[in-house]
Amino acid sequence: MTVHQTHTEHIDSETGKLGMWIFLFTELFLFGGLFLVYAIFRAKYSPEFHHAAEELNAFIGTINTVFLLVSSMTVAGALTAMQKGDRRMTLLLLSVTILLAGLFMVNKYFEWSHKFEYGIWPGSPVLKNMPHGELLFFGLYYMMTGLHALHVLVGMVLLSINVVKVRAGSVSSEHYLMLENSALYWHLVDLIWIFLFPLLYLIT
Amino acid sequence: MKDEKKHISTYRSLVTVLVILLALTTISVLITGIHLGPVTVAVALVIASIKVAIVITQFMHLRFENLFLKLAVSGVFTLFALVILITFIDYFFR
Repeated sequence: MTVHQTHTEHIDSETGKLGMWIFLFTELFLFGGLFLVYAIFRAKYSPEFHHAAEELNAFIGTINTVFLLVSSMTVAGALTAMQKGDRRMTLLLLSVTILLAGLFMVNKYFEWSHKFEYGIWPGSPVLKNMPHGELLFFGLYYMMTGLHALHVLVGMVLLSINVVKVRAGSVSSEHYLMLENSALYWHLVDLIWIFLFPLLYLIT
Repeated sequence: MKDEKKHISTYRSLVTVLVILLALTTISVLITGIHLGPVTVAVALVIASIKVAIVITQFMHLRFENLFLKLAVSGVFTLFALVILITFIDYFFR
C-alpha cells in the first residue's frame, strides 16, 4: 500500500514539472518573438542600433549578469538542500537568491533613472525626435528589459512564498514540487537575460 | 519513469557550473570589447547559446530528466530556430 502511494506521488510530481516546462515554452516564445523583432530591425537599421546601443551601460549590464548567474546557482542549491532535507540551508540559499534578485532590480532602477535624466523614456519628446532606428532600439530595450524585470519581480514573489512554505513545512524533503518549479522559473529569468545581455549591451 | 532514483545535484557541481558560466561571461565581455563587426555578433550569440545549454542541462536538471522531456525541450528550441531562419529568409529574399 505504501509502495503504491509513493509511486502515485512520483508520477504526480513528474506531471507537475512537465506542466511547468510547457509554461516555460510559452515564455520562450513570448521573449523569442521580441528577439526576432529586434533581430530584424537590427538588420534593417544597423547604424542607428549601433549608435543607440552605445548609450547603454555595459558595466551595469555585466554586474546584473553576475547577480543573475549567482542567483541561479543559489536557487539550484536551495533545491539540493531541500532534497537532502536541510531546511536551514534551503532558507539561507532562498534568501540569498531573493537578495540578489533585489540587487538586480536596484541596478535596473539606477540604469533606467539615468536614461530618464537624459530624457529617454518610452514616448518622451527626446525619443520622438531621434532617428527611426534609435527610436525602435529604445522601444525594444524598454519592452524587453521591462518584461524581463517584471519576471524578476514575479520570481521574487514566488521565491518568497517558498520561504514561507518551507518554514511552515508544506514544502519539505518529500514534497518540493513547488520549490522545484519556482527554481525552474527562476532559471528561465536567467536564460532570458543571458540572451538579452549580449544583444542589448555588448554588441554595439 | 517508474522507480527512478531522484538525482540530487551536489553543491560542488553547482559551483563548478557557476564558475564556467562566469568564465564564459568574461570571455563574451572581452571579445565584444574588440570590435570585429559581424564576427562579434556571431561569437556573442554562440557563447550565449552555450551558456543557455549549460543552464538548461545542469541547473534545470534536464540532463537527469526523462527522454520525453529532453525531446520536448529540443523540439521547442528547434522550432524556435526554424522560426528565426524562416523569418530571415523571408526578410532577405522577398
